[in-house]
Amino acid sequence: MGKINDVDVINGEGFQLSTLDKVIASARANSVWPLPFATSCCGIEYMASMGSNYDLARFGMERMSFSPRQADLLIVAGTISKKLGPVLKQVYEQMSEPKWVLSVGACACSGGIFDTYSVLQGIDRIIPVDVYVPGCPPRPEQIIDGIMNIHKLVKTESLRRRYSDEYKHLLESYNIESNAE
Amino acid sequence: MQSNLNNEMVLELLQKRFGDVIISATTPYDLLTIEVVSMSCYDIIAWIKDEPTLAIAYLTNLGGVHYPQNEGRELAVVYHLHSLTNNFRIRIKTFLSIENPTIASIVAIHASANWMERETFDFYGIQFKGHPNLVRILNEDSMDYFPMRKEFHLEDETREDKDDRFFGR
Ligand code: SF4
Repeated sequence: MGKINDVDVINGEGFQLSTLDKVIASARANSVWPLPFATSCCGIEYMASMGSNYDLARFGMERMSFSPRQADLLIVAGTISKKLGPVLKQVYEQMSEPKWVLSVGACACSGGIFDTYSVLQGIDRIIPVDVYVPGCPPRPEQIIDGIMNIHKLVKTESLRRRYSDEYKHLLESYNIESNAE
Repeated sequence: MQSNLNNEMVLELLQKRFGDVIISATTPYDLLTIEVVSMSCYDIIAWIKDEPTLAIAYLTNLGGVHYPQNEGRELAVVYHLHSLTNNFRIRIKTFLSIENPTIASIVAIHASANWMERETFDFYGIQFKGHPNLVRILNEDSMDYFPMRKEFHLEDETREDKDDRFFGR
């Protein structure tokens, strides 16, 4: 018995045993393609996390996907105004399964200091969120911690979560059509 | 640059041309501020632009104000104008009732008024008659009220989790 990348394996003479879902999950977790949806000050912190000092590339994330169709993780960093809400929702809908959402900063999580008529009071009002990162703005370390939590989800969740009734029900509650076949 | 005009001169010219239409005139911070009848706003702004001695041909700003306590004249429209050739500034104010906040659009005189009038409509619900495209400019189209009117709270009304004890609402 051993562990490679958090995956239990049994090593033998010239062979290695594991379960396929664990291997796939590990492969996914180590090459998540993030789509940055960065608006205001939090967007700047996100850019710092991407840059060479903090370097998201260490986690298989050097390839930012600026097209939602090839992205696995939607990173929403910054204030989302109500007018931008439908745009964010459309971006989410265009992403194909499996997909995860990381909400970075007080604004994206809850509207933050902008308790006002023009700002969306948390993106979870329009799309489901997997991990929330608090802070105004969160430091890059915190954003990376959030990403580590996403990785944990990717590794431990059922590969077939999108077929589960809970997941379908969740999307229905957001009035989003599931694009799982 | 020294201005070729001064407040007294301009006010005198305006009063000679428009008479009673100019309700009052003050000079806070030395800025000539006249209150005018809303019906004549268009004519005055057109005239001071075309009159060669004034040539007040640049619209610096246009905006609204809501004074809920002023009965019958709750909404103000304020124009800031500037003469680039004479280095002279003037502020024109006019008041409208909240039941019928309608005023002539000045887009035909100053094309730059287009977006400013849309913004003033967006936030105060002031109707600019003759505007080529009077629709919301900053807020989402589905919004069904005018958020800068004082009866509406600044906060997001759809929240239940923020209450007075913690958030001073
Ligand atoms: S949470 Fe703070 S830092 Fe982040 S976008 Fe909002 S105001 Fe800016």
